[in-house]
Amino acid sequence: MATTMTSDRPANNAERAAGAGLPAAQASVPKWIWLGVIIAALLPLAGGENGFISNFYFLQLSLMIVYSIAVLGLNLLTGFNGQISLGHGAFFAVGAYVTAILIDRYEMHYLATLPLAMLACFVIGYLFGLPALRLEGHYLALATFSLAIAVPQFLKYRHFEPFTHGVQGINIFKPDPPFGLPLSPDQWLYLIVLACAVVMFIVARNIVRSRMGRAMMAIRDQPLAADTMGINSARTKSITFGISALYVGLAGALHAIIFEFVSPDSFRFELSIAILVGAVIGGVATLSGAVVGGFFVQFIEKYADAATKWVTSTFHLPIHLEPWTIYGIVLILLMYIMPMGIAGGFGSLWRRIRLTG
Amino acid sequence: MTKRTRRDVLIGGSAIAAAQVVGFPAIAQGKKYDDGASDSVIKIGHSGPYSGNASAYGNIGRTIEAVFKMVNDNGGINGRKIEFITYDDGYSPPKTVEMARKLVEQDKVLFLFNTLGTPPNTAIHKYMNAKKVPQLFVATGASKWGQPKQFPWTMGWQPDYATEGAIYAKHILSTVKEPKIGILMQNDDYGKDYYNGFIQGLADKKGLVVQLATYEVTDPTVDSQMIQLKNSGANVFFNITTPKFAAQAIKKAHEIEWKPAHYLNNVSSSFGSVFQPAGIPASQGVMLALYRKDVNDPQFANAPDVTAFKTFFAKYMPSANIKDDTHNYGYSVTHTVIEVLKKCGDTLTRENVMKQAANLKGFEAPLLLPGIKVNTSPTDFYPLQSVQLARVKGESFEMFGDILSNEST
Repeated sequence: MATTMTSDRPANNAERAAGAGLPAAQASVPKWIWLGVIIAALLPLAGGENGFISNFYFLQLSLMIVYSIAVLGLNLLTGFNGQISLGHGAFFAVGAYVTAILIDRYEMHYLATLPLAMLACFVIGYLFGLPALRLEGHYLALATFSLAIAVPQFLKYRHFEPFTHGVQGINIFKPDPPFGLPLSPDQWLYLIVLACAVVMFIVARNIVRSRMGRAMMAIRDQPLAADTMGINSARTKSITFGISALYVGLAGALHAIIFEFVSPDSFRFELSIAILVGAVIGGVATLSGAVVGGFFVQFIEKYADAATKWVTSTFHLPIHLEPWTIYGIVLILLMYIMPMGIAGGFGSLWRRIRLTG
Repeated sequence: MTKRTRRDVLIGGSAIAAAQVVGFPAIAQGKKYDDGASDSVIKIGHSGPYSGNASAYGNIGRTIEAVFKMVNDNGGINGRKIEFITYDDGYSPPKTVEMARKLVEQDKVLFLFNTLGTPPNTAIHKYMNAKKVPQLFVATGASKWGQPKQFPWTMGWQPDYATEGAIYAKHILSTVKEPKIGILMQNDDYGKDYYNGFIQGLADKKGLVVQLATYEVTDPTVDSQMIQLKNSGANVFFNITTPKFAAQAIKKAHEIEWKPAHYLNNVSSSFGSVFQPAGIPASQGVMLALYRKDVNDPQFANAPDVTAFKTFFAKYMPSANIKDDTHNYGYSVTHTVIEVLKKCGDTLTRENVMKQAANLKGFEAPLLLPGIKVNTSPTDFYPLQSVQLARVKGESFEMFGDILSNEST
């Protein structure tokens, strides 16, 4: 999907990536987005600690936002820079473990661990990017894939066990809301995750619209031309890789705090695939696609089994469906109907309506 | 719906208070319910791997579902139907956390039963105990599920790995002359539990272990490990592997003509998934500890529990493979929880579920080997702690020796 975009329709793609062209680039964030954020932030106040939205839903919403941040990180790399990564689950794991180890072993405040987790992932991502980015397209995908396979094994490595507790994983404690706020821990974490997401989306928007962002997209669309114009493509690619890893690392760190638990089994390579699928389904070269992608990873994928069962029993299908059947069908249909992802698909639909109407 | 449940809880709560004030035994107050129980229904939650690497174990959940269907068709337990809610967690700990929270907070089940796997159960261990919702008869043999003091809401079921490992060690010390032990171990929680139990069983003789080879679940084969073990000169082989690797190890040992005294862990005690793929001739003489009957073994063909199982299987799971041992496991463990619910009577509170589960005395769950019984007490949260040694002979197991117990741990 991402490759067809970069190789087949580069010009078209660039235009879409920049939204409706330059005027929009200078415009501020639309008011309705801020309204949405404010409503989302007020949700926990609706009914207090045991309000009508249960703590379980806040856990799910938090997770959705966490996945959105991860998908956004991959979007920056794949959508705006044209590099495919099958290994972002590895950075997710690194972020989660940095946070868990700092809280568990060094008793740091959970909020203070977030910048360190991001920094660690940026450095690892940048360093990994240096040699790996000599590889193009599918070869890079394979190199990153090996990272996704290797990291869970590293976490089990005997000499790291004093830090990682090996296969046992690390238990940490869910923080209580400060200042005696009348919120449950789930509601409080939801607010923290939401705040992180808002900041990270604004930063991403600014990156994409900056000199750096234009360089990223130029490399994606016309690597030769970009080089000729004096863009240091190796450096830009490595930094993009680092930034992308930083986003995913933050998502991993938040994930660890929400779940109070990390273990090598939590971050198997399926996670990398899930993030990639979220990015592609949401729409790789759009920021809004990350929100859709996060929603997809959290809800559609998690309930693939339940959905399959429901379909089998509701329609009395005479055949036995495997747990992920519905998920597969949904994926295939989406790719046919909306090859630009859900956000891209609705975006072009909206433009078509405006043109005809 | 929510309203009614809340009222039930209130009634239950005030009943508890009343019982404490007046000092009557709780049962004298009549019916009492926590979330998930009512006059007509008992809700039980479960999560297991229906997808992903460990999806072979998904059959346990399917069997439990089928057994409860049979129970409901026969009128339920004490007049109440069982509503069994099961979700796919793909053996991924964070997904298990989500599903457990959904079951407890949204579906409001009375308790979780037989959630599967050591990492997934570890991830919800603290949560379940903080919420005071039973995490009953978990489907893992790790030794950490029997800690009633720190974790009074969690209980295992099968003989734990450490106990089993210790039993093998003792058997080796008493039967093999000048043992030199080679060990093949899956490098995770489960493998280490067996290994530690085994080393404890050897006590001051742990120098007898001449070679420890490990593999990862993601490895394609264990061929090189087997050659390494043979070259170490070991004459005893302790095989701590899951079915796929167990079959590979047995086959490879046969191919390279390494013939040690071969001890295989109970995790891989299946003809269908281990000895047949490895080859029956290659499997002869492999020793292992058993606690359940193999329903396909001719020597148990006429046992009443085996015929009852076969009737159930033909009616409720017609398309499943009877050679898959996970069905037997699911059948047996579900009957243990049914026994607990029967003993709970009309007091279906979470506290009473744990209390009854911790007071099983000599319960003979169907498909347990003769002489092996479920025993628990408020300080003993290990329901099964006895095993019977057996060796592969022809196409079935030949039992030998007495029932070995390790009730002390």
